[in-house]
Amino acid sequence: MALTGLDIFKKLPKTNCGECGVPTCLAFAMKLASKQAELDACPYVSDEVKEELSEAAAPPIRTVEVGFGENAFKVGGEVVMYRHEKTFFNPCGFALLIEDSASGEEIEKKLSQVKSSQFERIGQILKADLIAVKYSSGDENRYLSLVNKAKDLNFPLILICSDEGVLKKSLEATKGTRPLIYAAQERNVDSMASLALEYQVPLAVKADSLDNLSSLTEALKSKGVKDIVLDPGSRSLKKTFENLIFIRRAAIEKKVRSLGFPAITFPNEEVSDDYFEVAYAAGYVVKYGGIVVLNDLSPEKVLPLFVLRQNIYTDPQRPMQVEEKIYEFASPDENSPFLVTTNFSLTYFIVSGEIESSKIPTWLGVVNTEGLSVLTAWSAGKFTSEKIASFVKGKSIAERINHKKIVIPGYVAILKGELEDELPGFEIIVGPREAGDIPAFLREWKT
Amino acid sequence: MENLLNSYTGKIREVTIGGDGLIVGGQNTLPFYLFEGEMPHKPLVAMEVLDIEPTDWPPALTEPLSGVLNDPLKWAKKCEDLGADLICLYLLGTSPDGANKSPEEAGELTKKMLENIKVPLVIYGSGDKEKDPKVFTKVTEAALGKNILFGPAQEENYKLVAGAALATQQNVIAFSPLDINLAKQQNILITQMGVKPENIVMDPTTGALGYGLEYCFSILERLKLAALQQNDTMTQMPIICTVGKEVWKVKEAKVSEAEEPSWGNAEKRGINWEVVTAFTLLLAGADIVVVRHPKSLEVLHALIKELLS
Ligand code: SF4
Repeated sequence: MALTGLDIFKKLPKTNCGECGVPTCLAFAMKLASKQAELDACPYVSDEVKEELSEAAAPPIRTVEVGFGENAFKVGGEVVMYRHEKTFFNPCGFALLIEDSASGEEIEKKLSQVKSSQFERIGQILKADLIAVKYSSGDENRYLSLVNKAKDLNFPLILICSDEGVLKKSLEATKGTRPLIYAAQERNVDSMASLALEYQVPLAVKADSLDNLSSLTEALKSKGVKDIVLDPGSRSLKKTFENLIFIRRAAIEKKVRSLGFPAITFPNEEVSDDYFEVAYAAGYVVKYGGIVVLNDLSPEKVLPLFVLRQNIYTDPQRPMQVEEKIYEFASPDENSPFLVTTNFSLTYFIVSGEIESSKIPTWLGVVNTEGLSVLTAWSAGKFTSEKIASFVKGKSIAERINHKKIVIPGYVAILKGELEDELPGFEIIVGPREAGDIPAFLREWKT
Repeated sequence: MENLLNSYTGKIREVTIGGDGLIVGGQNTLPFYLFEGEMPHKPLVAMEVLDIEPTDWPPALTEPLSGVLNDPLKWAKKCEDLGADLICLYLLGTSPDGANKSPEEAGELTKKMLENIKVPLVIYGSGDKEKDPKVFTKVTEAALGKNILFGPAQEENYKLVAGAALATQQNVIAFSPLDINLAKQQNILITQMGVKPENIVMDPTTGALGYGLEYCFSILERLKLAALQQNDTMTQMPIICTVGKEVWKVKEAKVSEAEEPSWGNAEKRGINWEVVTAFTLLLAGADIVVVRHPKSLEVLHALIKELLS
């Protein structure tokens, strides 16, 4: 919970010595409350108070980092229940499960999916985030060899291993890569805590109820384990859905610190049918899952999930935008039609989808309208004849096409006259209003 | 965990559709939050039927529905047999830009369809603002006493559309373009015409996964929160989402594996696209989702059953 300036002031020395850079303790407290200063600037606060204040200022759900370097995966840090209140912060992660008891062939296939199931969409790379390596063969060499193979892919790892001896060896083998270890339970909470502390790795904790889960995290915290991931133990859609909502609510609405951690879910263990695995996973993307473990990464399964995550975790206030530039479809040449539209990503997707499906070589000029759609941009003065004209000139469009014809969206037909004045030598053609009519329009196109 | 439970002051209205009185709505809690409230009637899955044979549907859709796509009556019967809760008939053929079928033909089809199937009927016009009201006049006359749900009543034609609903005592779909205030406004305008709130279902515009789903998602969540937490009576109408029609036009759902090998099996991809979109919207607050693929119907029914168990 955010502390007020006064709450903080009560804990400061009240000597007004000024060493923090502001003249009084009260002024410093106010700056702290509005996050314009760091507590460290005051040399006189006790460690105890420091601990207390940083605890109170911490987000209700801890951000946990798995992996290291540029591939490190961050989860948690959420502060709201609903995405319209404030952006969901750290996109949930998808983990590919590989069991060491699987055949060599299957293991190779899964490992190759990690790289092949990557897609680019609106300038983002969509991919899985983690590899969960599970010890189920009973053969520790087999497990360690799989751990090493997975490690070589440079993806953050989850080590799912119930044998602590084997787990320790895997931690040796992956030293410095900060895998998440799974899982501390009532019976092994002490030894798992020591492993997590010794190797400085995040720790998953599993219990059969939220009350038990909460006592386990308390125990871990008292031992000094800070980076925790929760598994509420349920293995059905209904129960997991409920648990995820309760965990999020407890952390955010009730400030229950012991449940203030990201949660891991296992749709792969809840159901075996592919369609249902995807649907359950979708449910956990929408409703508060932190890490979602999947059986495989076949593209037809994960592409929809990756796109869903991208949708849910966008800033709800800011329209999504695509880059202002000239997009090419089917290798256009100097005789191909030249269309312009706005950079609202939905507009772009729908228009480009229609152009693509027509298979007709086409140029598409996307004008930066700050992410507004055609009509909205026009009424907001962001898709004007000046703007389109300067785009056409700035991008040297005259050099790309012989025909000197520019097609504008039907909704802004009104701009035709002005644009022809701004762009002498060009003919402005009014295109269709609806994107769905673009293919027919392009088929009729003659230069 | 008891102190984690919330309570709500409002409740979603119950709307009765069809001759036998299928009820949608009535919940006093967020979608599937059965630990703190009730959903007395399950969310419904409708299947889409067109009055003209679709020409741009991918094989993933035309194969499981082959043999019926050129006959709306057989098509609807098949969907009923597959277990659809509702049939959602789109009168696309009435569009002046297309086949331009007459209102009389639409009325005739409505009559036959009602004789042919037992599940309740939802009817969407082509969306043409001038033609739709004329079509609805005939459709609602043909459906007299059958309590259909029809629309869309749009900003430009809601008076005429609501008039048809009033004259024949049937349910109307209040359409709004992805804007929570306009959604509310449309309900207010239609009730001011004399239509009872319990005869209105909202269509706040559906966005497919990857194509505006998140906007639709947040509007649904906000409508449900306003209805339940703030007891805002003009947001308490059940919500319909036309998922199939939005999903199957996007390229990720449609393109063949040959064209996009890296996207994997086209049929499964399309079904996943439809199920993920529909399920996400059910979790946000949709009370009726309309889908195209028989497999989507099956999966969504099972998901709803599990969450309500
Ligand atoms: S340095 Fe500390 S004690 Fe001195 S004025 Fe700043 S807050 Fe107060």
